[in-house]
Amino acid sequence: MNTISNPLALVAELTHRCPLHCVYCSNPLELTARSREVSTASWARVLREAAELGVLQADFTGGEPLARPDLTEIIRAARAAGLYASMITSGLPLDEKRLEELVAAGLDHFQLSFQGAEEEAAREFSGTRTHAQKLRVAEWVKRHRIGFTLNFVIHRGNLHQLDDMIALTEKIAPGRVEFAHVQYYGWAFANRARLLPTRAQLDRSLEILKKAEERLRGRIKVEYVVPDYYAKYPKPCMGGWGRKVILVKPDGDVLPCHAANVLPGMTFENVANRSLRQIWEESDAFQKFRGVDWMPDLCRTCDRREQDFGGCRCQAFLLAHDASTTDPICSLSPQRGIVDAILRDVNAAAPGAIAPETTAPGAATPPAEWLYRPNPE
Amino acid sequence: MTPDPTKRPRLAPGCRLNEKSQPSRVLLMPERALRLNGPSLEIVERCDGNHTVQQIVADLQKLYSKAAPQKVEQDILGYLERLQEQRALDFE
Repeated sequence: MNTISNPLALVAELTHRCPLHCVYCSNPLELTARSREVSTASWARVLREAAELGVLQADFTGGEPLARPDLTEIIRAARAAGLYASMITSGLPLDEKRLEELVAAGLDHFQLSFQGAEEEAAREFSGTRTHAQKLRVAEWVKRHRIGFTLNFVIHRGNLHQLDDMIALTEKIAPGRVEFAHVQYYGWAFANRARLLPTRAQLDRSLEILKKAEERLRGRIKVEYVVPDYYAKYPKPCMGGWGRKVILVKPDGDVLPCHAANVLPGMTFENVANRSLRQIWEESDAFQKFRGVDWMPDLCRTCDRREQDFGGCRCQAFLLAHDASTTDPICSLSPQRGIVDAILRDVNAAAPGAIAPETTAPGAATPPAEWLYRPNPE
Repeated sequence: MTPDPTKRPRLAPGCRLNEKSQPSRVLLMPERALRLNGPSLEIVERCDGNHTVQQIVADLQKLYSKAAPQKVEQDILGYLERLQEQRALDFE
């Protein structure tokens, strides 16, 4: 018997449209077209249902949430429902006036993503020239009294710029900064061979980040995590399946996490047909991996079962082709060898090297081209 | 860093209390929420840029007069310091 807690956060993927084409985008390979997106009025209803279910925070993301012309109305609806309104954005399309409207509608927190420390790196990884616009947006956001986080997505190709990213953070001086190692789902899984850092790069980056965290304490909150593949235990994905987070896709399908639609044989219910509460409490998709009953013996008898909840179901499927097995990231998993083999290939390069391209004899040759995420119709 | 007793703490941008009408009171902040009860709510409600740290201490020593005044002060200073490390407070 699994007791059901209420979700604390609603992740609202408002659209899959995006002016950027990031090679590590967490969106699925099959993107949702504009014509299938949930309407303004339906979002307002979903936000009220979320608040009634106990959700405290709405995180607006995408795609690019600014691609929705009705974003101001959606944020106003979130605040009217009593929710904290946060958005994760690339910062375009945006001008000063529209930002003022979003703040006036009640936007609580603005999280601005960066693809590098300067324009050229950012262009390579996002397939667009947007760095200069982001710097302008940062200036505008600082004029308002709202929460402000910078998010640098870091990987093998830009870790050598980490010091410059920290310097840029200090110049902008937001309340928070996240250094987010790429996680290998969606487009990042397809581009993994060129994104996964070496052990030496990772260790160096953790040293730099730890120092920055201490130096900036009390001024800028610095957050980072060790990337999955190098961890000893899996991450408690979404804080446990169907436990803290509920996610609504651009077309209204309700999922326990961003990537769950890669799992075979799963069907997801839609906000058009049932209430968020019914879907959270009763739908097969949310019940499937909730609690400990579904777990393989290895996890069910493990002391860490309530800490990491068996890890990530999508990762278990992507790496071991079985969504019900222990996350192969776990050092106790009989399938950890899959991850170790991937790391061996990456680390066959010269030890200590931190250059973006470090291939040595014997190393797997990364594919020559990035696979860029397109913009759906 | 122990907060200066003459400074006035104020909730940082992006940090606010949820509505009074809601069943439990929480401090909402970027990417997290902190449940507040009794003393922690009394403290956070006074982080409005008007009360000095000293005034908050004095207020809570009155409210919790059965507790040792020095213990109340230590607890408050420790709590404010933790909130500042979370970037939930500015000191003005």
